[in-house]
Amino acid sequence: MADPRIVIVGAGPAGCRAAECLAAAGIRPLVLDEAPASGGQIYRRPPPALDRPARSLYGADAAKAEALHRSFDALAKRVDYRPATTVWGLDGDRLFVRRGSEAAVVGFDRLILATGATDRVMPVRGWTRPGVYTLGGAQIALKAQGVAIGSPVVFIGAGPLLVLVAWQYAKAGAKVAAVLDTSRLADQCAALPLLAARPGMLARGAGLRLALKRMQVSVHQGVSPLEITGDAGGVGGVAWRAPDGSLRDVAANAVALGWHLRSETQLAELAGCDFDFDPVWRQWTPRTDRFGRSSRGDVYLAGDGMKILGADGAELAGRLAATAVLEDIGRLPQGARPDRLERRQKRFARFSRGLARAFPFPAEACRSLADDALLCRCEAITVGEYRATLQRTGASELNRAKALSRVGMGRCQGRYCGAAAAEIVASGETPVAGAGRLRPQAPIKPLPAGVRAGAGDQAEEA
Amino acid sequence: MKGRMVRLAGGDRPAVGFRLDGRSLEARAGDTVLTAVLTQVGSLRLSEFGDGPRAGFCLMAACQDCWMWTEDGGRLRACDTPVSEGMALRTTPPGDETWPTRAS
Ligand code: FES
Repeated sequence: MADPRIVIVGAGPAGCRAAECLAAAGIRPLVLDEAPASGGQIYRRPPPALDRPARSLYGADAAKAEALHRSFDALAKRVDYRPATTVWGLDGDRLFVRRGSEAAVVGFDRLILATGATDRVMPVRGWTRPGVYTLGGAQIALKAQGVAIGSPVVFIGAGPLLVLVAWQYAKAGAKVAAVLDTSRLADQCAALPLLAARPGMLARGAGLRLALKRMQVSVHQGVSPLEITGDAGGVGGVAWRAPDGSLRDVAANAVALGWHLRSETQLAELAGCDFDFDPVWRQWTPRTDRFGRSSRGDVYLAGDGMKILGADGAELAGRLAATAVLEDIGRLPQGARPDRLERRQKRFARFSRGLARAFPFPAEACRSLADDALLCRCEAITVGEYRATLQRTGASELNRAKALSRVGMGRCQGRYCGAAAAEIVASGETPVAGAGRLRPQAPIKPLPAGVRAGAGDQAEEA
Repeated sequence: MKGRMVRLAGGDRPAVGFRLDGRSLEARAGDTVLTAVLTQVGSLRLSEFGDGPRAGFCLMAACQDCWMWTEDGGRLRACDTPVSEGMALRTTPPGDETWPTRAS
């Protein structure tokens, strides 16, 4: 009997490790990845012309990055790897993909979704001015392109990436005007028992804050960002409120912002997987068992696209999902010990809950956003217009509100407005889970001209 | 206006010539279109909803804020398209095309 066709979407830490496990069991998976090289966002490789030593690219994680790259490169003959390939749709057991302007349909017997995450952001007045980027974007500029998004830069948000990227910028020679942390020391203290699950990571975070201090970068905690100021040319600075109520501002020509990450779950949605609301992370994620089996028998999840566990957790999740696939098709190698992986994963999950608690999403700030702030970047729809639509129509669920206001319907499909829109819909009595979750539609990323979205006339791949 | 992004590393790579709104400019091998353009000018395009210029946001092909036009009428996503010799880019659509509009 022919081997079942196993497809992995994503070649970050989770996808790479899943591929490795399957290959070790003699299965040849098909790996589809949007990026031109494996590694995902966290271990992203710069274009060859810009390559630098791993230590300067990945810092303390250089060894992990190199190990992941090496192990995946070594699989070359044993996996069918298709880089620069976007999966833009899913129907039944078929994936709709494109590479450049070539479209194709790919069938699967089992599917592992390792689609990663994007920055979770909240709107700030003025956040569409040129010069405002996500924290992840600011990091990509620096690492994959060797450029700073500007200088001086203000960093706004909460979460491990905030101080990490600020420190990377300062170290690379960009001027860091200020780090504005919306979380409070009290949040971090309350989370300590959970964060203690990974003492090394905890120490690393504290060390970065100390290093910033030594570089004379001011880090403010408990900040409420009020406005990214400037003119038609772009960012001029940031106005914010300190915890004591005083109004402050700082000049800069660029801003990086982000509040942790949000899972990229569009394909799991199109696959019809069940979702649960995670109250700690304040986001909806696919329901899975401990191995990453979704509610649909032939679809598995791994990595940050399943739950935000970070890069180490993603590698483990990739292994667990592959183990589940092998078990389900009766090919689990003798002596496999998934229980060990599971134990480590529990520790990562505990730490992840700690991070969510230590650096909470500023839900209240979203609910009290000014009416004239843009909520939807794609189509320039303000918070006030959105509120008016909700009021006029009585819509109390995100998708209904989307149909009536277009917020969540634009080119980003709600990736960057969704978190705040949910809080606004939920304003008042409704808890945020009651606002539901935005449903994606294929194509989940816009197709360039010349690629037909209709699949009927496309050749099925052999 | 002068460039928005600041080169900190790898400035000694070979030059790549491209055109932006009819002007001849120089990028570096390995640059994305976004890097090539924003190290020279302040923005990539004008928002079609009248709220001013845009210069990308996520840099990871997710937000779709960075789509630009080419002289031959094509569109491309600047943050994950490598710049190449002779590329002719536009910050505004050729002709009266807009994409997509809220009205449509
Ligand atoms: S900057 Fe977000 S898609 Fe290019």
